[in-house]
Amino acid sequence: MGNPMKIRAAVKDGVTEVKILMQHEMETGLRKEADGTLVPAWFITEVKAQYQGRTVLETQFGQSVSKNPYLLFRFKGGAAGEKITVSWVDNKGDTRSDEVSIAG
Amino acid sequence: MNMEINLQRRKALKTGGGVGLLALFGALGLLQSGVALAEWNKTAFSAKTMDDALNALGVIVPENGAASIQLSVPEIAENGSVVPVTVASTLADVEQITIFVDKNPNVLAANFTLPTGTEAYITTRVKMGQTANVIALVKAGGKFYRTSKEVKVTAGGCGG
Repeated sequence: MGNPMKIRAAVKDGVTEVKILMQHEMETGLRKEADGTLVPAWFITEVKAQYQGRTVLETQFGQSVSKNPYLLFRFKGGAAGEKITVSWVDNKGDTRSDEVSIAG
Repeated sequence: MNMEINLQRRKALKTGGGVGLLALFGALGLLQSGVALAEWNKTAFSAKTMDDALNALGVIVPENGAASIQLSVPEIAENGSVVPVTVASTLADVEQITIFVDKNPNVLAANFTLPTGTEAYITTRVKMGQTANVIALVKAGGKFYRTSKEVKVTAGGCGG
């Protein structure tokens, strides 16, 4: 189980804006330790955001995404108190899922 | 090397232990959220050149998107490990947004699929090993559009 995400979702003028901050090392597999050994690749490959059980964003990440990945997106609809669920999976098969209520 | 091993392990899990894995995900409640079932495009994410990446994504020849895609990146990035990228588009029916960094070891950074109702507006952060072009590809109405901007990197972000 990965570390918890920070998720903020707020609706304004009929559009919900979602900001996600994931906690993940996002190792490229190309970085070397001081002693020259290669640090194995370890990065989030897929992120999915759902609103009331409906997918609102599907994401595939590569090694170029920064450590502790950040995402911002917007979708039409949403009301205060409704749920947004964000889930990710990494290249080692680790997963994390967090839920947040939309703020008014 | 290790990455290869991990990917092989994933593949083995997907094929050999598929049933067990599904049961495990079911137990974790992940089937409900649907994650891990979409196929990660390994060929595209391993591509070393823009041409290879575009081929792997099934892009033929993208049209010039300079007017229809708004790509926001810093002109100069003092820290190449965290470069903010925003891609927005005025095109109708945007289905997909893809971000590339043309001089990174793996050029494809992120690929977003936007269901109907999701706006063509995405912000994320990428690593850049050196001064390079950030390329935004937008698929709208079945057509691909492309635009790019150079980011000058004063300290690389890919280590090693």
